[in-house]
Amino acid sequence: MAKVKKVIKTIKIDVDKCNGCRACEVICSAFHANPKYSSNNPARSRIRMVRDPIRDVYLPVYAGEYTKAECAGRDKYVLDGKEYTECDFCRASCPSRDFFKEPDSGLPIKCDMCEDNEPGEKPLCVQWCLNNALTYEEREEEVEEGEKPGDVETGLESMINKYGLEKIKDTVERLAHK
Amino acid sequence: MRYAETGFNLEIDLSRGSIEREATDQKLTELYLGGLGTNAKILWDRVPPEVEPFSPENLLIFGTGLLTGTPAPGANRTIISTISPQTGLMAYSMMGGFFAPELKYAGYDKIIFRGKSPKLVYIWINNDKVEIRDASHLRGKGAIETAELIKKELKEPNAQVAAIGLAGENRVFTASIEQGRSSSSRLGVGAVMGDKGIKAVVVRGTKDINLARPAEFLQHCNEVLQYIKLRADNPVPGVMTILQGLGSPQEMLHVDEKWHTENFSWGNARTRRKEFWNKEIEDRWKSVQEQARTRLVSCYNCPMKCGAIISLPGISTYMMKCFSKLTYTMAAMVDDLDFGFRIAQRATEYGVDGFSTPQIMAFAFELREAGILTEEDFAGCPADNEGKFYWLLDKIVRREGIGDVLANGVYAAARKIGKGAEAFDHNTIKKHEQLPLKLGMLNPVYFLMYATGEKINITQIEGQFPQAPFPTMEERENFVKDWIQVPDEKFKKYLLDWEVRGDHSNPTYPTAEISADIVDWQEKMHYIDDALGVCAGLSSFPLKPPYHIHNYPLIISSATGIDMDETKLTQIYNRNRNLIRAINVRRGLRRVDEKPPEDHWRKRFPELEQNLLDKYYRFKGWDNDGIPTKKTLQDLDMATVAEDLEQRGIIKNG
Repeated sequence: MAKVKKVIKTIKIDVDKCNGCRACEVICSAFHANPKYSSNNPARSRIRMVRDPIRDVYLPVYAGEYTKAECAGRDKYVLDGKEYTECDFCRASCPSRDFFKEPDSGLPIKCDMCEDNEPGEKPLCVQWCLNNALTYEEREEEVEEGEKPGDVETGLESMINKYGLEKIKDTVERLAHK
Repeated sequence: MRYAETGFNLEIDLSRGSIEREATDQKLTELYLGGLGTNAKILWDRVPPEVEPFSPENLLIFGTGLLTGTPAPGANRTIISTISPQTGLMAYSMMGGFFAPELKYAGYDKIIFRGKSPKLVYIWINNDKVEIRDASHLRGKGAIETAELIKKELKEPNAQVAAIGLAGENRVFTASIEQGRSSSSRLGVGAVMGDKGIKAVVVRGTKDINLARPAEFLQHCNEVLQYIKLRADNPVPGVMTILQGLGSPQEMLHVDEKWHTENFSWGNARTRRKEFWNKEIEDRWKSVQEQARTRLVSCYNCPMKCGAIISLPGISTYMMKCFSKLTYTMAAMVDDLDFGFRIAQRATEYGVDGFSTPQIMAFAFELREAGILTEEDFAGCPADNEGKFYWLLDKIVRREGIGDVLANGVYAAARKIGKGAEAFDHNTIKKHEQLPLKLGMLNPVYFLMYATGEKINITQIEGQFPQAPFPTMEERENFVKDWIQVPDEKFKKYLLDWEVRGDHSNPTYPTAEISADIVDWQEKMHYIDDALGVCAGLSSFPLKPPYHIHNYPLIISSATGIDMDETKLTQIYNRNRNLIRAINVRRGLRRVDEKPPEDHWRKRFPELEQNLLDKYYRFKGWDNDGIPTKKTLQDLDMATVAEDLEQRGIIKNG
């Protein structure tokens, strides 16, 4: 397959620069409100501060994929004398904690790099981080060109996850002969 | 729908153990904004002057500001109002940190406590679920320790905790309420919390705050952030380092303390040490501070880093801000900053005011030297300056021996001790300890703010008007060039005309009329900030701040949907200013109390000072005794306040 260039959007998180103010949570939740900015609520934010001032733990974490089950990982890290749990670094919207879920419905939320924003604008959390703990970087990567899975394929995949491949095959076959 | 605010207060009666969620009237927001303003309204309506600070009838109000919890940068203040045990007047005390936004997200604008709990409790507010829980296991625990224990006990690492330490439990008049990196420490609010039997208030909130005109509001917030960036890149020239930028004085960042250590007084506000700062001290203090400071930190939604996490070997971690690193050090006459950081840790856990408490201790040791307090009073006290202070701090927060009388503050202790101790009470106004600052020439604007301020706590001109004239016209012209914050162009002229020497210099210039005008502007910004919950460090305190009288109306109206302009906002400020004055005059405050300490300035000008007060009172629409006139109150839609004062014989002859 041919190689193509792809722009990867990244946020560099410098925890040493974080002053723990949670402006990122404030503006993220406001930006993603509907209508935009009509409300704010850090509990809906797609970036969350793992924050324990007395232990000097200040860790901004972005919401990633939804996971339906807790993982087995409960390891601990010690960095610069400070203890972190594996969960502190994890981006998953997971049943083991209240991060990255809408507080009322429980539906998972995920960082989308503020894709609804004006073209060329940085994600809002970066714009509001005046201490530059969060900086935005774009880098180009060469990736294998591949077909993007369409909606049908994505949908089928989740059906297969839920019911198993055999059952879906049978069902599709039966429907085709109707 | 209510915007920016939740529209609900939490009413908790500790005697009965009842908890109610009360809808509030939006009309009150239109009249008083919120925070300090609506707190004062509740105190006026519900706490008559007969109610003693430690009566169950006294209220303890945790109020959020109107903008608190919205994206407005720095809108994070909790305004705590009650009747002060030390002054008998309204306690005007506040804190930053993370508590007030969390309370808003839980769905409440205020918590109003009344009554007294028969046993020590803590309050757990988790959105709609509110509980009064036993705190007997937390008795005697430090304020920070308590917060950590409760978060663990509830398995709620994201809850915010406002707690008292031992000082509050023992109703020490300088007891603070500690929270996050902030504390509400002035005027004994922690003592009232302890008297009510509340060890801590714990809150977790996950609800939305709504905004009336979101896009417009966000545009103003972005402008505020842009201006903060601009100011970071453009420090004000010609003023000392801590006045150049925004925020609370950046005492955790800066290590050069030449100015404070040589210009503020050591001991019981007594000794100036003009040659104190030298290379050896500088190197030593720099290394102590840099080692102690783990990180510079902020309050909720604010880019300024006014606080620091302090970690020293052998003691548990705490957070500090502003000037407290020096208050104990200088009061104890200790030349090592390490002592300041170490004793402040213990004092923070005990929960005491870092301004008043060291002064009480220095006052006590002066009395001992003068033979007014006896060696018996200090039996067991170590001989060295550091040991002495630790010893007495323990006595005060436990109210043991001599500590019991001292726990009521310098003013009350001096009168209780007698035998000439009153003469050593030389740094209080309205019974409250002040910064240990003794100056040469009287500055009329500062005189008025010191004498008449209801906050009863001021360092210098706390405001957007410079503390001193610029020596050259060029500097003045340069300063006023981009001075967008002035409410009126005339303020630029006042500054341009202000000279270091000659006819247009202190104490006769600014003239009494001009001084009243300048003070009114400074006060206006403080009162608006304190109603909105915006930190003074981004508004009323520093030179050229991002919030000012011109953008506030736009910010308020786009956030709340309430029509607002500068005239209306000024009217609200005047209403709040007069309401708090009314609360205090109803409790006995008069002109005779508005007197800075005799030795605050080397030279005093009795006639000029009286003229300043006359003109200020007239400007405010008050009588010669500092009491708002009937007409002033009626014009501010407070006819019922006027009636009350008239019935009590406080307002005479209309």
